[in-house]
Amino acid sequence: MKETPLSNCERRFLLRAIEEKKRLDGRQTYDYRNIKITFGTDYGCCIVELGKTRVLGQVSCELVSPKLNRATEGILFFNLELSQMAAPAFEPGRQSDLLVKLNRLLERCLRNSKCIDTESLCVVAGEKVWQIRVDLHLLNHDGNIIDAASIAAIVALCHFRRPDVSVQGDEVTLYTPEERDPVPLSIHHMPICVSFAFFQQGTYLLVDPNEREERVMDGLLVIAMNKHREICTIQSSGGIMLLKDQVLRCSKIAGVKVLEITELIQKALENDQKVRKEGGKFGFAESIASQRITAFKMEKAPIDTSDVEEKAEEIIAEAEPPSEVVSKPVLWTPGTAQIGEGIENSWGDLEDSEKEEDDEGGSDEAIILDSIKMDTREVSNIGSQDAPIVLSDSEEEEMIILEPDKNPKKIREEQ
Amino acid sequence: MAGVMAVAAESLAGGRARAARTVLDQVVLPGEELLLPEQEDAEGPGGTGERPLRLNAGVRARVRVVCGPGLRRCGDRLLVTKCGRLRYKEPGGSGGGGGVYWVDSQQKRYVPVKGDHVIGIVTAKSGDIFKVDVGGSEPASLSYLAFEGATKRNRPNVQVGDLIYGQFVVANKDMEPEMVCIDSCGRANGMGVIGQDGLLFKVTLGLIRKLLTPDCEILQEVGKLYPLEIVFGMNGRIWVKAKTIQQTLILANILEACEHMTADQRKQIFSRLAES
Repeated sequence: MKETPLSNCERRFLLRAIEEKKRLDGRQTYDYRNIKITFGTDYGCCIVELGKTRVLGQVSCELVSPKLNRATEGILFFNLELSQMAAPAFEPGRQSDLLVKLNRLLERCLRNSKCIDTESLCVVAGEKVWQIRVDLHLLNHDGNIIDAASIAAIVALCHFRRPDVSVQGDEVTLYTPEERDPVPLSIHHMPICVSFAFFQQGTYLLVDPNEREERVMDGLLVIAMNKHREICTIQSSGGIMLLKDQVLRCSKIAGVKVLEITELIQKALENDQKVRKEGGKFGFAESIASQRITAFKMEKAPIDTSDVEEKAEEIIAEAEPPSEVVSKPVLWTPGTAQIGEGIENSWGDLEDSEKEEDDEGGSDEAIILDSIKMDTREVSNIGSQDAPIVLSDSEEEEMIILEPDKNPKKIREEQ
Repeated sequence: MAGVMAVAAESLAGGRARAARTVLDQVVLPGEELLLPEQEDAEGPGGTGERPLRLNAGVRARVRVVCGPGLRRCGDRLLVTKCGRLRYKEPGGSGGGGGVYWVDSQQKRYVPVKGDHVIGIVTAKSGDIFKVDVGGSEPASLSYLAFEGATKRNRPNVQVGDLIYGQFVVANKDMEPEMVCIDSCGRANGMGVIGQDGLLFKVTLGLIRKLLTPDCEILQEVGKLYPLEIVFGMNGRIWVKAKTIQQTLILANILEACEHMTADQRKQIFSRLAES
């Protein structure tokens, strides 16, 4: 189905928040979301969770004949799929652009960087080589697919074990896992992609954008690096103009992030290794918390509440123009009250309503306390002087929203 | 969970329907059949059909039981169609009816229901109607005359990408949903275009229903923190606006987190926020 459209109000809010260096989940501009790596029971199977974005990686191998022009090298094959459960917008026929872009980037990152030693995958030159196939499936899309996919790919490759082979003269023996322990692949280094999202024509930059931020970004810069600070791939999309020092700054940040992520990966691999050796339980089932219905847990986001100091009365006392208070409620008849302007009231005295308008404009604390004490189920809200505030007593459980002025002429003037 | 699973397995294996009364507040699975109280006598403990002869068989007081979401009528019994907890509400007032049964389940995907108030995003303007995305399978249509004070000459000021708060007048599985921004008296009553700033975010449908119950504690506590405006759409969308961006973000995060927090954790967080 079609993607949910982004409303103007969200776009505006996100851009304003970014200008104030605030992100939706409370992260700083250079912070990554929590990365969680879990392994399955088979070697070469892992799930990487970057915040809520989830990628499943699976590595498998097969003996095939080599390519004609590379007779002594093994074959690597990468495939990323956007599963339909990842986002409603992903449909079998509809994802081609994004899919091609991601696949291409992954291939450049992993294949061209020669992180895997393909010579070691050769069994009999010209006849039999190993074909290593990495399948990645996106299970949930919450932004920054490429980072999660690259981490999943390299973790799965590091975790994978291929069957042992021995060559004696003309005889080639392929051992099953029961006969001889499977052998890990020979990996030179671990390239990891780091994404940078740019906003407002390159003025603001965020690392690890989530889905909302990706919708409003102007451009994306992806740098694939390993922990030795070697850049494997760099790609800029979206057509924004980047300055040289911006790119250099991004590469420095990427270096730091890649170090952290590589440490995390090493730790995860070691833990899994340890558990398997000690004969403990491993696999996906062990990593899912039992006795809990919800699949996603809200991580405690460190929210900076240093700005939130004033009590309500102080805020009102400052009386900034957009936030003026409601006037006293006026009781017309038992059971009918009015607050503020509204559409013309035909039930009460006309003179009374004119007096009402004179009263408005003051911002008294007493009035705010009044409205809070009022026994309605609304949340207190402050509106601009022109906009009428409507008490929706008739609706059972609705909340009050601010309406543009009833008189359409006024609206046009304001614009 | 183990206890519930055992009970469920037994009922599925036995194939016997259980009395709704015994399963209240427990987890039920789709496919289970539930007996209403009046039928329990007939399906007695023996189950083989031994019943005492009644002189005036067939004349039993019929009570009208309302079948809520997650349940369907299947002959004389209730068939469960969603997994969740079974709930019951006693009939109030003048003793009419037999109460309401329904299943509380977790859901994020919204299905339009007539009379629901929802927040929609305008996706297109075509001639006389707006196409509004409400999170369902089809965009709803909203006529430009369905605003308060709108006439053919006097069109409402609605742009593509605006947020609209309205209610459904037509919403069934056969037709495209239609919504309006006025009530039956012709007054806006809070509906219409939602103002410019503020943040829109999505939560599960269950959380919205929880927040919209009368005397909801969460909302009262949130209201004490600082002044804010908030709109709840039954399609899982919440629009919130506070004075500063920081406050708005805090509110959005609190509301999203409320789903997974117990009452104590929530009180702790609120007290910490109130202090700072």
